[in-house]
Amino acid sequence: MLTRLRLAAAALAVAFAGMLAVAPASAQGVRIDITKGYMKPLPIAIPELFGASPQESQVGQDIAKVVAADLERSGLFKPIDQRAFIQTAAALQTGPRFPDWKQINAEALVSGKAEIGVDGRMRVEFRLWDVFNEQQMAGQLFTATPQGWRRIAHLIADAIYKRVTGEDGYFDTQIVYISETGPKNDRRKRLAIMDQDGENHRFLSSGADLVLTPRFSPTARELTYMSYYKGTPRVYIYQVDTGRRELLGDFPGMTFAPRFSPDGNKVIMSLAQNGNTEIYEMNLLTRQKRRLTNHPAIDTSPSMAPDGGHIVFNSDRGGAPQLYTMDSDGGGVQRISFGDGRYTTPVWSPRGDLIAFTKQKGGEFYIGVMRPDGSDERLLAQGWLVEGPTWAPNGRVLAFWKETPSSERGTGGGSKLYTIDLTGVNERQVLTPLDGSDPAWSPLIP
Amino acid sequence: MKLRFLSIFAAAALLAACESAPEEKAATSSTATPPVVKQGIVPGSEQDFIANVGDRVFFDFDKYALRADAKSTLDKQVAWLKKYPTYSLTIEGHADERGTREYNLALGERRANSVKEYLVAGGLPAARVKTISYGKERPVALGSNEAAWSQNRRGVTVLSK
Repeated sequence: MLTRLRLAAAALAVAFAGMLAVAPASAQGVRIDITKGYMKPLPIAIPELFGASPQESQVGQDIAKVVAADLERSGLFKPIDQRAFIQTAAALQTGPRFPDWKQINAEALVSGKAEIGVDGRMRVEFRLWDVFNEQQMAGQLFTATPQGWRRIAHLIADAIYKRVTGEDGYFDTQIVYISETGPKNDRRKRLAIMDQDGENHRFLSSGADLVLTPRFSPTARELTYMSYYKGTPRVYIYQVDTGRRELLGDFPGMTFAPRFSPDGNKVIMSLAQNGNTEIYEMNLLTRQKRRLTNHPAIDTSPSMAPDGGHIVFNSDRGGAPQLYTMDSDGGGVQRISFGDGRYTTPVWSPRGDLIAFTKQKGGEFYIGVMRPDGSDERLLAQGWLVEGPTWAPNGRVLAFWKETPSSERGTGGGSKLYTIDLTGVNERQVLTPLDGSDPAWSPLIP
Repeated sequence: MKLRFLSIFAAAALLAACESAPEEKAATSSTATPPVVKQGIVPGSEQDFIANVGDRVFFDFDKYALRADAKSTLDKQVAWLKKYPTYSLTIEGHADERGTREYNLALGERRANSVKEYLVAGGLPAARVKTISYGKERPVALGSNEAAWSQNRRGVTVLSK
C-alpha cells in the first residue's frame, strides 16, 4: 500500500496557477488566530466533492470525510453536519449560493470535484470559500492514481488549515510507534507505522525481538530505533520502503535513546557501559562517533534543536533526573529545569521555540512544555503515567502515550496513544489495533 | 495469567525464606505450572542456585547502591559460583514502571553493573560476567503498587554454561 502511495505521491502535481482565481490578498478572509489560548472552532461546510460517475462520486465522498475528520480532530474547525446542507455538490460546481451557506452558519465552505480519466488517472480540485465575504480563499488541483485519494485528502486538509490559521498543517504525516500486546511480564512489542489518523496501519517487525523508541529521519523514509536483536540491545537504522535494517556503529555497550539530527546526517544517542551512560553522536556520512558528555551521571534522551546548534538532554547529575542543554559539540552545559519533580524525555520543537518533556511529581506524570531557557513551564496533559511527547511538524500538536495501572493480577492496565495541542484542551486518542507506546510523529511527507 | 501470578508469588515467598526448606516450597509452586519437575534439586544446578542461593537482589527507588540484604545475597552467589566455576553469568538490570523508558534503561544498566562490580570484587573473573539492562520492560510482579515495584527493581544473576 505504501509503495502505491509513494508512486501516487511522485505523480502528484500541485499546479493551479491561473485557472482558478486564487484570493488576491492572502491576508484577507476568514481566519483563526491559533496563538491565542482556547478558541471557538470555525464552522466549516465540507460537502462531498462532486463526481459524475458512481466511482468518482464515491472518491469525492471519501475525500470529504477524511478532510472533515482531519480538521475536526485539530480542534480548530467544526465541520457542519452534511444533512443540513441546502445547495448540492452538483449545484456547487457553478459556484456557491452564499445565502444557502450563511443560513446554516457556515463561515468557510469547501467545494470541489473528482474526475477519473480514461488513462485511469484521478484529478481532484478543491476550492475554499469565505462565506461572509463571498470570496474564494484557496484552490488547488491534484492528479494522482485513485489509490492516492487519502493523501490528497490530507493535502487538502493541510491547505485549508494553512490558509485559515497561517500555520503549516500536519495531516499529510505518519506516526511510527511500538505496538504492544500480552500480559505485562510477557509483552510483545512490535514496530508499527500508520498515517496520523490511524489509517494504512502496518507492522514493521514480527515481535520476536524487543524493540523500543522509533524515531523518523527528516525524510520520513528512515527510522532509528532500539532493538534487542540476538539479545544485544543496540540502535538500528531501518529503511521504511525496503525493510532493510542496519546496526548503527560498533559500540562496546548498550546503545539506546537515538534521534536523528534535523539535517539527517547524524544520530545522537546514549551509550551505557560499566554503569555509566553518556551521549554520543554518530556521523552517518563519515561513520565517525564522538562522545558529547563526560560525567558519571546518567546522560540520555538527547534531542537536537532544529538549527542543529544545541542539544537538550536528560541527566541526573544534580541528584535526580532534570533537563539540561549543551552546545552540539558537548560544551556549555546548562541546567534548564528547576521545578519540583523529575523531568525526563525532552524533545525540541521543530519550530525551535519550546521543549516538550515528561514530568513526574507526587505519584502522577505530566506532559509539559517550557522555553529552551527553562522559563514558562506549562503542563498540558496528566495521568497515572503519561510519557514520551513527540511533536507534529508544525510544532502546535504533541502525541504521547498514556498507561493505566493494573491490578495485582496484571489485568486492567494498558497503554494508548494520544494527541494534545499546545492549548492543552484538545486531548484525543489515536486509535490503534492493539496497545501503543513510544509514538514518533513524522515530518510532512516530502 | 493466574498460573503465572501464583508462581511469581511462590518465588517471592521462597526468596523471603530461602534458608529454610526451599525444596518443599519450590515443589508446591511448580505443581501449578506444568511441566512439573519432580526430582530433587541437584547441587550445582541452576535450580540449586535459584533456590538455595538466590538469583536476585532488590534496589530502592531510583537507586543503584546495593543494600545490606543484596550484599548478603551476592556474597552467597560468589561463594557458590567459586564452587561451580563452569558457569558464565549475565546480570540483568531492571527498573519499576514509575519512570520513563529511556531513563530506566540507563538505570537498569547501572544496577546490573553494581551487581557485576560486587561479584568481581568478590573474586569472580570479570570475563565471566556480562550485563544487560531491560529497563522497565520486563517486570515480574504485575501489580501497579509498591509491593510489585519493589520486586521489579532488581538485578538478576542468570547462569549459562
